[in-house]
Amino acid sequence: VNVPPTKFVPVPTAETAEFWEGCSRHELLIQRCADCAAYQFYPRIMCVVCSGRALQMVRASGRGVLKSFTIVRRAVSEAYAAEVPYVVALIELEEGPTLMSNVIGCVVDEVCIGMPVEVVFDDWSEGLSIPKFRPFRA
Amino acid sequence: MSATLHGKVAIVGAADTEVGVITHMGATQLCVDAILRALTDAGIDKEAVDGLVTCNSMVEPYMYHAEAVAEYLRVFPRYCVSIGAGGGTTFTALHQAASAIASGICHTVVIAMADNIRSGLSRERALAIQSSSGHPQFERPYGAPVAGYYALIAWAHMHEFGTTPEQLAAVAVSTRKHAVRNPTAQMRTPISVEDVLNSRLIADPLHLLDCSLVSDGGAAIVMTSADRARDFRQPPVYLLGVGEGHRHEHISQARSLTTSAAADSGRRAYEMAGVRPRDIDFAELYDCFTPVVLIELEDLGFCAKGEGGPFVAAGSIEPGGPLPVNTHGGLLSHCHPGNPGSMFALTEAVLQLRAQAGERQLAKAEIALVHGQGGIMSSHCTVILGREKNR
Repeated sequence: VNVPPTKFVPVPTAETAEFWEGCSRHELLIQRCADCAAYQFYPRIMCVVCSGRALQMVRASGRGVLKSFTIVRRAVSEAYAAEVPYVVALIELEEGPTLMSNVIGCVVDEVCIGMPVEVVFDDWSEGLSIPKFRPFRA
Repeated sequence: MSATLHGKVAIVGAADTEVGVITHMGATQLCVDAILRALTDAGIDKEAVDGLVTCNSMVEPYMYHAEAVAEYLRVFPRYCVSIGAGGGTTFTALHQAASAIASGICHTVVIAMADNIRSGLSRERALAIQSSSGHPQFERPYGAPVAGYYALIAWAHMHEFGTTPEQLAAVAVSTRKHAVRNPTAQMRTPISVEDVLNSRLIADPLHLLDCSLVSDGGAAIVMTSADRARDFRQPPVYLLGVGEGHRHEHISQARSLTTSAAADSGRRAYEMAGVRPRDIDFAELYDCFTPVVLIELEDLGFCAKGEGGPFVAAGSIEPGGPLPVNTHGGLLSHCHPGNPGSMFALTEAVLQLRAQAGERQLAKAEIALVHGQGGIMSSHCTVILGREKNR
């Protein structure tokens, strides 16, 4: 039997379940500290700025800019090989936190640092959607 | 100055196994082979060892690796621990072992690390393990190979400082020039900047020759207190300074992509050693990918921030340059068996300081700086070693 190779599938934990549920509704959720108003990503039980525990999940605007990126020419595994070349990037959200993602919906050579992007969701399976980004054209 | 390890401990034995593609030994055997060679170099029996520090193997992992190696050797140390800090493991281990000796927990420590990720893992498996430092939910799903994570810092450096792919390539070219002079290096054919740029793109801007090797091999050192160091048959190499820096685990959480915790570890090590960058005769820097060397050169104070590219392109780190770097050939050209990779930087520094490095022996080798980093610019440890106990 040929088992198709699988991608690295995120497995939600008690701490991240709410984030992934948001993704399945195509909403990008980040945390905001009720005490000091700092935003953070990934989800934690504490605020990294003030150590407070009063964190709320809020919907991010979904817009940001590319802090850096690479164009992957040699896939990490067979499961990703069909997508080569693909862009892996660090995106700084408008609210401040940085996250890693893919940039899709454009020619890879168009990607550059400082490029405005917006979130878009890639539905991997029933109940699992992965946040990715595409060029934001106002 | 508070509690300090300056001049308190010395390396009195050092040895490498064969490196490259080793098919006649497994990872545990390589680790034990390295230990036996280092004990011979130091001129002591295994019974003299009362401390053992190892790092786990990817190919033959144990729940308690150092215990397993002690059992294999049939030694009964009073200090026995395996450490995992990625590519920084070697020097973090040295820091721990030096502290254990200085505080009297034990007297004679062996630090040994080996793996055979070239022969013991499939190519696919080796790639998967190397990229497993990515966050399982927030990084790995996006499919970056380990070169891709480092490409993120390369591109940021190019964008911020105008660093060019040619300057990145110059790191690989300089390192190969050193490897040509080392008979044990895995890759000894000279390469040019054009060769690097014409090699296959792995993750822009990194080409195949910007990436380190995948190898088998191991190395070990024997360390003891400075007071006892003269009783061994080799000239002692003293620990002058050591420092660590830790800023993140995952690259997406890094506060800066272009300044690393090497700035913290370097400052702490220089302070303990009482030396400045200009006092360093040669350096062995972690070179898993070429951009890492540029950032380390800057953060360790060998050139200004952002000047790493022009510094290397001017030939500064080549044989005969003002700061020879990776005189054995580094991870780029000597060998890279995974986490044990920095051990060869350490054994090379010891050989150079003892003036036993053969045809690649540096004319001036009194003070060396060795630096390791693990994860994706995550854990950093800087070590300064010297031929004399005090500076």
